[in-house]
Amino acid sequence: MTAPLLQAQNVSIQFGGVKAVNGVSFEVWPHEVFSMIGPNGAGKTTIFNIISSLYKPSAGRVIFEGEAISHLGAYEIARLGIARTFQNIELFEHATVLQNLLVGRHCQRHSSWWQDLLFTPRVRRTELQFRRHAEEVIEFLDLQHYRDSMVINLPYGVRKVVELGRALAMRPKLLLLDEPSSGLNVEETEEMGFWIDDIKNDLGITVIMVEHDMGLVSRVSDRVLALNQGEVLTLGTAAEVQAHPGVIEAYLGGADD
Amino acid sequence: MRFLFKTHYEQDLELFKHGGQKFWYGLLLLALAAAPMVFPEYFISQLVFVWIYSVVGLGLMLLVGFTGQVSLGHAAFLAMGAYTEAYLQQRGWPFLFSLASAAVVAGLTGIVVGLPALRVKGIYLSIATLAFGFIVEEAVTRADGITGGNSGITLGSLEIFGLPINSETRFYYVSLFILILCVLGVMNLMRSPTGRAFVAIRDSEISAQSMGIHLARYKTIAFALSAALTGIAGALYAHKLRFISPEQFTILQSIELLIMIVIGGLGSIYGAIFGAAFWILAQQLIVTAKDWLPPAIGQQTGLQPTIFGIFLVAVVLFEPLGIYGMWLKMRTFLEIFPFYRKGMFRRQKSYMKSERLK
Repeated sequence: MTAPLLQAQNVSIQFGGVKAVNGVSFEVWPHEVFSMIGPNGAGKTTIFNIISSLYKPSAGRVIFEGEAISHLGAYEIARLGIARTFQNIELFEHATVLQNLLVGRHCQRHSSWWQDLLFTPRVRRTELQFRRHAEEVIEFLDLQHYRDSMVINLPYGVRKVVELGRALAMRPKLLLLDEPSSGLNVEETEEMGFWIDDIKNDLGITVIMVEHDMGLVSRVSDRVLALNQGEVLTLGTAAEVQAHPGVIEAYLGGADD
Repeated sequence: MRFLFKTHYEQDLELFKHGGQKFWYGLLLLALAAAPMVFPEYFISQLVFVWIYSVVGLGLMLLVGFTGQVSLGHAAFLAMGAYTEAYLQQRGWPFLFSLASAAVVAGLTGIVVGLPALRVKGIYLSIATLAFGFIVEEAVTRADGITGGNSGITLGSLEIFGLPINSETRFYYVSLFILILCVLGVMNLMRSPTGRAFVAIRDSEISAQSMGIHLARYKTIAFALSAALTGIAGALYAHKLRFISPEQFTILQSIELLIMIVIGGLGSIYGAIFGAAFWILAQQLIVTAKDWLPPAIGQQTGLQPTIFGIFLVAVVLFEPLGIYGMWLKMRTFLEIFPFYRKGMFRRQKSYMKSERLK
């Protein structure tokens, strides 16, 4: 088997006295969909924020393609090929869908600000190339209708897709999806499932997903990691995890509660 | 109503989206070029102020409207530009070099002021820039060896490539030309990755970071460019007034500049220019109205700030996009007449961002 794409080794983080994540280790293999589940406050999003270097772990490290990444700035993570979405949608609202997707190409820019100021031929060439890349994503996600709409005028479900598109526009190796189905209706959730399948199979992107909708989790994930109160409960296929007594207890409470 | 058929991606990169725009902007340019031949000198002199304030507005818009960093110290950058110009001109520097130096000096100061911006956000940043404004105002007063202190500096007459700029008309063309260059520069910036990074930072710092935008770097660039534009305006301002002293660059001036772009419409290049035009026009109207109003109102001190204050409140309440917003609505109304509906521009309320990272 090849080397893991991403490894978390004993990652812990403390906020004051609260151990939000406590000694979590896992490995994500290339071309798999890896889901994280757990009740609220289990530390799923915190792990995402540690991978994206928004938080620095107080112990342990995160290794991406064989290199430790936790000491890097948040903006350098994108350059490595890690893209993410956010639980509450963090799009650039007062910009069009196309502009949002183009921001996703930011890491590939070669021009400096003064070249941009003069809009030199080189900037123009890169812009056209970026546009083609953005159009590929628009086609992939069927966003043609919304290309020039302001994000602020779009319904929630579409915004969710645009955010996925913006992450895809980065052409990442690893995609972090934070609750891709939250706020979506049944059909939209199903559609999201198809896209995650396509992202894995057609684009060959590895996906780590935080998700509450067990239907979606079991449909798309290869492996599932269950967390509770910052610690790993179990790791396995969706069915195994769902049958695990610790997981049931974490969600429903133990017999003696 | 116009439908645009897009057949090339290049079309979205052009400054003018269609022939109609080229035509109207060409016409506008002709009208502006012909204005000094038609209008009296006083009117032209006021238009020069509009151009200068437009350049300041552009600078401030870049920072406040596009990058979302509110500055309450822009009069200080204006002062940096004005005094650099005055100082260098006295030493016989040609205008082109002294203007460039004014931009560079103001820009470098912008970088220094921008440093706290990497640490503090929102209202705290405004306070930091406010403090900077005070420092510069005080420093200008004290450094009387360079700035002439409270007694100010008088500038010599301006000369470009041996051509004396000795009339309002000539200075009108100079400032209009510089304004056009600045507008083109900002337009270029906004259609390129740098401009998109600015807007990304304004709308969501957290995801801008995750898209690979180096926040510190782009905030610094925004501060530097904004200050440099303001510095250019400062140099023009110095030549326009021929005399500069510290009381022209007070905190009140900074606040007025901010109000100007808010009334014009935040987040658009039009807003900067509309704001400047409104600002100068309104000042003139108020001066004129003073003679008509009963003395109990007309001779009150603080009439002008009161009226601008009322305008600002009205804009914030009724038309957050300012004059640009009104213009946009009016244009849409005419374009799709008679199908315009009330509330066409109303936007749905944004979703709550409860778990937003700080």
